[in-house]
Amino acid sequence: MENLPQIVGVLSDGLPETVIATLGGVLLTIILSIVAGLLLLSSSRTVRGVTRVYVEGFRGTSEVVQLFWIYFVLPVLVGFQLLPLFAGIVVLGLNHGAYGAEIVRGAVRSVPRAQYEGAIALSLSPAQRMRRVILPQAVVEMLPPFNNLFIQLLKSSAILALITVPEVTRQAREVLIPNFGADTLLIFGVTFVIYLVLAALITLVMRLLERMASARLGRRPSRAARAAARAAGPTGTEGVAV
Amino acid sequence: MPLWDWNYAFEILPDLLWALVTTIEITLLGSVVALLLGLVFAVLRRLHIPVLDQVLWAFIEVVRSTPLLVQVFFLFFVLPQFGVTLSAFVVGVVGLGVHYATYTSEVYRAGIDAIPKGQWEACTALSLPRLRIWTGVILPQAVPRVLPALGNYVISMFKEVPLLLAIGVVEVVNEARELGSLTFRYTEPYTIAGLLFLLLSYPASMLVRRLERRRVHA
Repeated sequence: MENLPQIVGVLSDGLPETVIATLGGVLLTIILSIVAGLLLLSSSRTVRGVTRVYVEGFRGTSEVVQLFWIYFVLPVLVGFQLLPLFAGIVVLGLNHGAYGAEIVRGAVRSVPRAQYEGAIALSLSPAQRMRRVILPQAVVEMLPPFNNLFIQLLKSSAILALITVPEVTRQAREVLIPNFGADTLLIFGVTFVIYLVLAALITLVMRLLERMASARLGRRPSRAARAAARAAGPTGTEGVAV
Repeated sequence: MPLWDWNYAFEILPDLLWALVTTIEITLLGSVVALLLGLVFAVLRRLHIPVLDQVLWAFIEVVRSTPLLVQVFFLFFVLPQFGVTLSAFVVGVVGLGVHYATYTSEVYRAGIDAIPKGQWEACTALSLPRLRIWTGVILPQAVPRVLPALGNYVISMFKEVPLLLAIGVVEVVNEARELGSLTFRYTEPYTIAGLLFLLLSYPASMLVRRLERRRVHA
């Protein structure tokens, strides 16, 4: 126990990297999810096809392979090396963006057809229709599954330890284990607490956003949507068919 | 030196396929743990046993919200201090299995919650014993409904096996890394490793999707 202050100190040295990787990954995920999600709904077969290749390619392979590929193989092919943290953010974003695209697609499609027809009847342009009618309603549907996805992303950020990013997990494995070999329980106990707190923060922010997005539509956040998202988990974006 | 060397690619393919067998073994064994333990979690939580219920809830929340890699390190470094030394392979199976059991327990829970109240009432009316209610009425209806969701988790587990290279399990990606370090050519091993994952998990997820659609229409 007497080593606790040092252990906490070393682990918190890794905190900025974990937070930056997660926030960067989340930002990239949001952008890619919306873009790819809307492209999946495009009327052009080619656009849909190309987007499908991205989505299935990243959903179908292991995140560790993607990380190693971008960090070790890409430099050989294009001639420049990405910084480890940057490569990590790119992979976290690309991978979770592929899952997020399905969330966005599903949420947009879940908006009742009458809403489209109403928007057309009011002669809103396609862009106005999307921005002012469809997306505000779709966003409410998206937030609970995105909460799961972002927590998944936070957890995935631990694999950056494998490409030398000095984030929390790497600090525990490479700095603390060799030096405080007798305190392994304490080391990983504190590590678990750090991730739990970060995950709780993500949920807190997402709940707040859920409430805001629902209030905008004059609704209250739905417990059912949250429960469904929890059962569907990080991968089953279609929801559990019950 | 060419960017892609076919001879080299074919030369390393058998080694990678052998490592793929290990990956599949861990996936299948881990799935058995995840599917059984998840069911146990779901049923236990449904029984609302004081104290055990809260402990189980806390355990599931911690496992769900923290990285699998950290949990694997936990099993690998902490357990030996308490006299339990497991091989890297077993740590992988247990780590993956327990982590995904917390996910599958939610899936089973959703399936159990979807059983109409009348089924429970009928069981009471027939005064069936507790065990028969679960094994004869509830689970046979709840489990088939959630099979697609469970299938998705098995596929996810398959894709998470490479994490175990951090504790020295020689699965596909670790094999690719070792092959690459012999020749300093990483393009072929890592690309093939990626394609192997795609080749197995894409058809598998198509299968799950078809199962899902059949259930929706049924």
